[in-house]
Amino acid sequence: MRKLTVKRPSLRALTLPGLAFLLAMFFGALLIAFSDSTVLKHIGHPISFIKAAGVAVWQSYLALFEGSVYNPSLATPHDALLSWYPLSETLVTAAPLMLAGLSVALAFRAGLFNIGAQGQFIFGSIAASYVGFHFHWPIGIHLIAAVIAAVIAGAIWGGLVGLLKARTGAHEVIVTIMLNYVALYFLMWLLGTTTFLRPGRRDPISPDVLNSAKMPLLAGSNYRVNLGIFVALAAAAFVWWLLTRSTWGFRFRAVGANSAAAKTAGISVPFVMTSVMAISGALAGLGGAVHVLGSDFSLTSGTAGNFGFDAITVALLGRAKPMGVVFASLLFGALRAGGGTMQANTNTPIDIVLVIQALVVLFIAAPSVVKWVFRLKNVKTTGELAAKGWNG
Amino acid sequence: MKALSAAQRRRRRSLYVMAALAVLSTLVFGLLQKSGQVVTYGFVLDKEWVLVQQWVINSRTASLLFGLVAVAASGVAFLQFRAGKTIGIASAVGAAGIMMSFLSWAAAGKFIPFTGLLQGALLLSVPLIFGSMAGVLSERSGVVNIAIEGQLLAGAFVSGVVASLTHSTFWGLIVAPFAGCLISTLLAVFAINFAIDQIILGFVLNVLVYGITDFLYKKLLIPYQATWNSGPTLAAIKIPILWKIPLLGPILFDQSIIVYLMYGVVFLISFSLFKTKWGLRTRAVGEHPTAADSVGIKVNRLRFMNVMIAGMVAGLGGAYFTVGGVGAFNKEMTAGKGFIALAALIFGRWTPWGAVSAALLFGFADNLQSVLGIIGTPIPSEFMLMVPYLVTVVAVTGFVGRVRAPAADGTPYKRGESH
Repeated sequence: MRKLTVKRPSLRALTLPGLAFLLAMFFGALLIAFSDSTVLKHIGHPISFIKAAGVAVWQSYLALFEGSVYNPSLATPHDALLSWYPLSETLVTAAPLMLAGLSVALAFRAGLFNIGAQGQFIFGSIAASYVGFHFHWPIGIHLIAAVIAAVIAGAIWGGLVGLLKARTGAHEVIVTIMLNYVALYFLMWLLGTTTFLRPGRRDPISPDVLNSAKMPLLAGSNYRVNLGIFVALAAAAFVWWLLTRSTWGFRFRAVGANSAAAKTAGISVPFVMTSVMAISGALAGLGGAVHVLGSDFSLTSGTAGNFGFDAITVALLGRAKPMGVVFASLLFGALRAGGGTMQANTNTPIDIVLVIQALVVLFIAAPSVVKWVFRLKNVKTTGELAAKGWNG
Repeated sequence: MKALSAAQRRRRRSLYVMAALAVLSTLVFGLLQKSGQVVTYGFVLDKEWVLVQQWVINSRTASLLFGLVAVAASGVAFLQFRAGKTIGIASAVGAAGIMMSFLSWAAAGKFIPFTGLLQGALLLSVPLIFGSMAGVLSERSGVVNIAIEGQLLAGAFVSGVVASLTHSTFWGLIVAPFAGCLISTLLAVFAINFAIDQIILGFVLNVLVYGITDFLYKKLLIPYQATWNSGPTLAAIKIPILWKIPLLGPILFDQSIIVYLMYGVVFLISFSLFKTKWGLRTRAVGEHPTAADSVGIKVNRLRFMNVMIAGMVAGLGGAYFTVGGVGAFNKEMTAGKGFIALAALIFGRWTPWGAVSAALLFGFADNLQSVLGIIGTPIPSEFMLMVPYLVTVVAVTGFVGRVRAPAADGTPYKRGESH
């Protein structure tokens, strides 16, 4: 294998994630090929086996692309732009993912592992949905109120974790894993109450939020892409500013780098922990609001889907940097959006996306593997995500 | 009164909490309850020897009675604490009293199959016990194991598929540990050799196993169900004589082979961890690897081995879902049990018997929830389902009791680096 050399320093940061993604796609391709019955029929004949495998993999990955970016067959004589419809779907999926990913990334930078984005996302969705369907307020005010409610709900659920960690030393990973389940059961209980029951329905689904609380559409009624993606991008800019340009962010990073040193320097570690987790929770809660007010409109027990957990892979792939999170969430949003099309049109289930996500993150976390496979030298592999145990 | 250490203060605080709960349950469930309804406890499940057929009692009287038992037990525990003795038994009686007081209130006017309740609780805690034992093995030697869920799921998947393909529960049972071991070997390689953050790693491995099993489930197990996903299940084996013991017999000795294997695993681990050379070394490596290394223990090799064994234990526990239960594999059928096992490990303070007790408690809460859900009670089942998680949060915050992980848990060891 040829040695790859990377010259431009600005590209270096992308080398590792890019190669990790390629490697993950390769393993995904193996999984697709070796589980396909038509491919396995050719197992005795190497040439036709490789051919059949190539066809299966190509079809799957093409469908993945067509479901997430551009599909020429969707265009109509009246509207050629409709072939970009999948891109709108990608943005719709990416927006909540970006916000939840920022939530995890911000906590990471302060040395906290927020597995609880899922629970904070759930509380954000609950608050946004409740304000959205229960109150009748004018356009504009209603949307803002619903968003603020979600932010507050997420901040409380997240801040609680930080407070417990600061006051008692309870490890945030354990607390957030447990609180995710508490949030989920709370949601399931709520959906059974009369307040959250949709009139005329007996299954657990809440009423739709009113039109006045919905996120405005950006590209007309043919596309679902809405203001949410700009909310997410603005949040990314805010997190970037917070971390790199503000005193608070400096304190956050100081605690993340070395909390003992930060304490000696006069930074209040308990305050930082609580406020980081509150902001982190607010971001995840905002993600819930964008999801409910932008595309789903109603609450079900599956409202949060996998957002909170995908967010962790997003933050890890984006190396806990706002810009990285933006790209990572677009990528994983595309995989999610395209995965649905792939499952419908080919023999390949959407769950391959989970495998690819897990492998990407695994390779990012273990750069030595990628370096070994591609015979890389002098590629930057920073260890922002250092190992810490329960007592850390 | 002499000054108390932090640990003693915490223990005293947990005693206060128990006493308060005991008084509260006596008042709320006992005194404030409308009288007149009776609660019936059934004690016979099968053809075991009958000691008591059933017990019919006014629910108010029962709640009051059990509440007072709990109050008395709290008192005894407090006296023992003052005298500097262990308070285990009195606390257990107190907790059971509070529990029964609640149950007598919640089941007023209903029939509770008491033996069945406990039997179901044991069954629900089987995967939790296997999972938490995997946690003990791995974390006592210093490797955080969040991937218990993935190891359980891998075991469930592989044993279900193999049992279906071979039409044999035997092979299903044999391969399950290796499936779990495969996942834990990945954990070991990346955590020990590459020194990657073990919490992130465990999380990612869970996602990976979810992804692969979901994928194969849709691609192979659903379309070709007859070949791939219709495995046989293990039958219950009655242990002669023992199963006839009233109350305990049908609960403990009328189970499938996996449950008996579980007894073996629990006894073996709890014995070896504290009574053998291996156990001493494992604990040393988990608490202070540098010291262990200085006396010639190969830290990373021991950790690697323990993590692999942990995976085997969890994998075997995974078989309980398929071969030991319904036979067919279902998408994500472990449903977060691996995380409750983690909770049990933590709540049980990283000790084998503590983890087993916590797992049994969580299993009991789970089963109580479903039994009460069927007969209909004032408490929404969702709140009952929250109990294990809330209890764990309370436990790690140190408000009641104290939990501390092995000192080097999660820290990779490299000779020459101080920690």
